[in-house]
Amino acid sequence: MSVAAPTSPEPGTQPGPQPDPQQAGPISAAPSVLRRLLSRKLALFGLFIILICVGGAVFARWLAPFDPAEQFFDGLTIEGSPMPPGPVYWFGTDLLGRDLLSRLLYGAQTSLIIGIVANGAALLIGTLVGVTAGYFRGLIGAGLMRFTDLMMAFPALLLAICLAAIFQPSLWIVAMVIACVNWVQTARVVYTQTSSLAERDFIAAEKTLGAGHGRILFRHILPHLMPTLIVWGTLGISTTVLLEATLSFLGVGVQPPTPSWGNIIFENQTWFQAAPWLVFIPGAVILLLALAFNLVGDALRDILDPTQQGRD
Amino acid sequence: MAAYILRRLVTAALILLGVSFITFVLLYVLPADPVRQIAGRSATPETVESIRRQLGLDQPLVVQYGNYLWNLLQGDLGRSYLQKTEVATLITARLPATLLLMVAAIFCELVIGLTLGVIAALYRGRALDNVLMLSSFVTVSAPQFVVALLLLYVFSVQLGWFPIGGYGTFSHLVLPAVTLGILGSGWYARIMRSSMLDVLRADFIRTARAKGLGRGRIILGHAIPNAILPVIAMIGIDIGMFMSGIVVVESVFGWPGIGQLAWQAIQRVDIPIIMGVTLISALAIVIGNLIADLISPLIDPRIKLH
Repeated sequence: MSVAAPTSPEPGTQPGPQPDPQQAGPISAAPSVLRRLLSRKLALFGLFIILICVGGAVFARWLAPFDPAEQFFDGLTIEGSPMPPGPVYWFGTDLLGRDLLSRLLYGAQTSLIIGIVANGAALLIGTLVGVTAGYFRGLIGAGLMRFTDLMMAFPALLLAICLAAIFQPSLWIVAMVIACVNWVQTARVVYTQTSSLAERDFIAAEKTLGAGHGRILFRHILPHLMPTLIVWGTLGISTTVLLEATLSFLGVGVQPPTPSWGNIIFENQTWFQAAPWLVFIPGAVILLLALAFNLVGDALRDILDPTQQGRD
Repeated sequence: MAAYILRRLVTAALILLGVSFITFVLLYVLPADPVRQIAGRSATPETVESIRRQLGLDQPLVVQYGNYLWNLLQGDLGRSYLQKTEVATLITARLPATLLLMVAAIFCELVIGLTLGVIAALYRGRALDNVLMLSSFVTVSAPQFVVALLLLYVFSVQLGWFPIGGYGTFSHLVLPAVTLGILGSGWYARIMRSSMLDVLRADFIRTARAKGLGRGRIILGHAIPNAILPVIAMIGIDIGMFMSGIVVVESVFGWPGIGQLAWQAIQRVDIPIIMGVTLISALAIVIGNLIADLISPLIDPRIKLH
């Protein structure tokens, strides 16, 4: 049907793996991006940590030495205090005599689910707002950007705490609260990029050729936004993991008995002088995961963003 | 310039209006009923109703918001549901502690961040630079409460150098300020490093070197003073970030500022206090951004306001 459009070859006429020229952006560049990512030591370290966390979360059921909810009779000392790290309980036990390592492995599920869901939702909202405001403009666009400005002035953590405290916090509520707070930065970045893209000649040319909004948005604007979205998506997971941990630490995040890295610290903080491992092992794990996503995100920004090249 | 400032002030006022509206709507659609909280479990339905009427919570939402705004314009933030005190009084009582912490924290951030940034720039590409930049990533990725608890554990519990928490003397201030200082320093270090690198490439540095100035004089006398300028504008934005994160640090260290006030109010559904603190924080963020934007052209005349 689209004989006149050389950019989209008919599927039947050209057999074999013919690369679609339209896709010659970030998608065909993926292997080289990955190769460049792997050549950076810090990014490699980050990927390694992420892999361990994802592996730990996915295979928690088989990896965890104990049931994360079981309160072991021998999991507490005779005085009733938590056990320090040792040969049976590698990371020690918590205030109820549960195995900390098992709880951390299951907690990784919580952190990663929230990291992916909340950040995915934030990215989606931010992209929708940014693209609408940057491409369609008009009254709705202007309104959306004013709303974004307004959200920038909101004390984000305070807002998240309020929202989480208002609704009975559950895993999904916490994810939505974080998404409500974190979309703002993405929206601004996407808006700036989209509005400068929309001014470019090739978009005007497409319009003259009669391309509809859908075609322009999905075949031209979005592929150009991909690098930005990948970078912000990666960096955003770090912010999300930290925010979830903070909310759970304050007791308004994911609620016990579901283990989350933040609520493990929340539950055990009364013991923090006598049993510091209950605070610092989960704390170190949160730090490592957030650091990993920051390192990978930063490396991706260097690789994908041409304006940053040659800079430090 | 005057027109620009005027326009920014009007925008700021509108933003605050928007923040107040959203907070109001959010807090009043909440499922947790403040009246039940005040009346207690054993209250009769009649008592609950009379408290509701007394607080004006039986009126339509629009009327309530209208009343709130009218009072706000007269500097009245309402009355705490539980403490029976003016919110404005509560906040003013707590504000000095928060401002003190803010000044101390930003001072620590600047001292740590700028020093590390300058060192990293001077050792660019070498091992020390890599270590410093990695550590700046670590500070950005560290949860506030973990750093706070770590410092508490090491310096208060183990070494006993500082009190566990509280307020009043200089030693109470050290740990909360250093916590925030460490966490914010990575951000400043990165900005300072890239600013230094830009300046070190500039022509006037080459001139200074050609003139035969020593390395120390060039760095201290020419590079740092120029590189520091863009960082100063960042302090405005930093104030906003500070206000947002203050709840955690204040509650861990028992610092009696507005963050702790807000946290206690959230737990007790004391809506007027939550509203008040949110508005004050938003005001600080707006003012901080305004300062950042107004300072930039003073520092760098190439930046034009429009």
